Amino acid sequence: MSATAERRTDEQVIDERLLRTSPLKKLLARPELGSVVGALAVFVFFAFVADGFLRASSLSTVLYASSTIGIMAVPVALLMIGGEFDLSAGVMVTSAALISSMFSYQMTANTWVGVGVSLLVTLAVGAFNGFMLTRTRLPSFIITLGTFLMLCGMNLGFTKLIDGTVSTKTIADMEGFSSARAVFASTVTVGGVDFKITILWWLALVAVGSWILLRTRVGNWIFAVGGNEDAARAVGVPVAKTKIGLYMGVAFGAWISGQHLLFSFDAVQSGEGVGNELIYIIAAVIGGCLITGGYGSAIGSAVGALLFGMTSKGIVFAEWNPDWFKFFLGAMLLLATLLNAWVRKRAEATA
Amino acid sequence: MTQPKTPTALVELTDVSKHYGNVRALEGVSLQVHAGEITCVLGDNGAGKSTLIKTIAGLHQHDGGTLTVDGEETRLASPRDALDRGIATVYQDLAVVPLMPVWRNFFLGSEPRKGSGPFKRLDTGLMRRTTREALLRMGIDLRDVDQPIGTLSGGERQCVAIARAVHFGAKVLVLDEPTAALGVKQSGVVLKYVAAARDEGLGVVLITHNPHHAYLVGDRFVLLRRGTMVGNHTRDEITLDELTRQMAGGSDLEALRHELQRS
Repeated sequence: MSATAERRTDEQVIDERLLRTSPLKKLLARPELGSVVGALAVFVFFAFVADGFLRASSLSTVLYASSTIGIMAVPVALLMIGGEFDLSAGVMVTSAALISSMFSYQMTANTWVGVGVSLLVTLAVGAFNGFMLTRTRLPSFIITLGTFLMLCGMNLGFTKLIDGTVSTKTIADMEGFSSARAVFASTVTVGGVDFKITILWWLALVAVGSWILLRTRVGNWIFAVGGNEDAARAVGVPVAKTKIGLYMGVAFGAWISGQHLLFSFDAVQSGEGVGNELIYIIAAVIGGCLITGGYGSAIGSAVGALLFGMTSKGIVFAEWNPDWFKFFLGAMLLLATLLNAWVRKRAEATA
Repeated sequence: MTQPKTPTALVELTDVSKHYGNVRALEGVSLQVHAGEITCVLGDNGAGKSTLIKTIAGLHQHDGGTLTVDGEETRLASPRDALDRGIATVYQDLAVVPLMPVWRNFFLGSEPRKGSGPFKRLDTGLMRRTTREALLRMGIDLRDVDQPIGTLSGGERQCVAIARAVHFGAKVLVLDEPTAALGVKQSGVVLKYVAAARDEGLGVVLITHNPHHAYLVGDRFVLLRRGTMVGNHTRDEITLDELTRQMAGGSDLEALRHELQRS
């Protein structure tokens, strides 16, 4: 035991067997690497083929498009790391906007009251998803598909019932509208370029998401419930609470996105949001989240969202038919997933 | 062989039985676990080893007989209850998350934190350092505590699980077939760490169907067959040959003897 004791005293000395791990290899082991390489490639590509892609105003447009996806991609990525899906995430955004708008209008209340009610109801929907999942132990695919359809129906049904049409009445003249718009849908001018405030929301969420994942106990639990649920339970991790919390996180993201949707205009189309849930998942997967859970990062989801924004706007700047967008999206998804799988295999083969 | 004379056993089962409906899974089993000793539970598949382990781990409650922990008769209500009394169980699946780094796995469920309020955060430095030290104390010199635990070999993973139980203050360590899926060399390594845990003063219950492994480290041997106890010996009462014969018996004996000669 003397040899080990000797080594113990000098903990800072790097084990001689570790010399093989170069900084490059460490970098390769990052979950978001694939997406960063992809994002750089797409950036360079559009910088060459699309006139004006490099203009500051174009950059602002790209960042705005990315942020609307990115705000949801962060909680969706955390949920995926926790091993679950949420197919109701897309329409939940619309629901959050509708609740806020309709409550304020019907109760002739200050718009902030509607915003608050929307937060509570949306969080409740998220909690319902999580509760159903942990209680029934059915796959999240089924549970949230059910919520997705129910929310779809309720969005349309209630809007028609209350307003008579498929969109809500304008709330632009209501009390508190301008301050709510300032928080959720204003524009900040930096150096002569207009940036949407959603970009700030997005960056803040990425920062908070990363903090939670890497530096908190809950983050440890998220990785664990996604990586090996039974093991997590065996060592005392509150699995059900963690998962319900993750679904409520998605609901929180949906609330922010929903308020942005409402306050960018002043009315909401009740049929919106369908299909967006897949876009969030794609952003998370491109960003390095494993579809089976237990692996990924919040920053990766941001890079995935940025890739998404660059492609959708780059195609417009290049004056191509925007129909091609989905083709690119699919190709990127496949490439990113393959690259991630390859990188991970290489990184883990060191042992 | 030294037999430390402890007045009370850490865990003592007397005449314990367990029934599932009308199935008699365990009948009249007695065993003692002393500090600094290894008690081996031997038996073929279906002998009742799993039922016994689950009783000691708190997953099942026994139907008859008595279970005493530190001399106090008790009934373990849950795995948590068993853990609180210092009984830690390392199952075959080890309860580790393969994609997570070793240090995160080591502290999973009991993470130390520093700071306060919204900035309360994992004490990652302490976690890495402690993991490394706890493993070194067990004689495990890991290349890198940041590597995913899935990249370790089966034996190394088993050792990390043992070190974790030791670090979190277990007094009794229950090991469910720690060498079952391992090769000869790796089995030897794991047995070394089992012995290291014993030297730390823990009472160890080693479940195995390999009398060869059991005899290398064991102080007491409990033999199970078809749910009943067919032998309970201290090391000085029995030889390896006798242990093997008692465990296997009949037609299996030839094959087993053959296996042992080669290893």
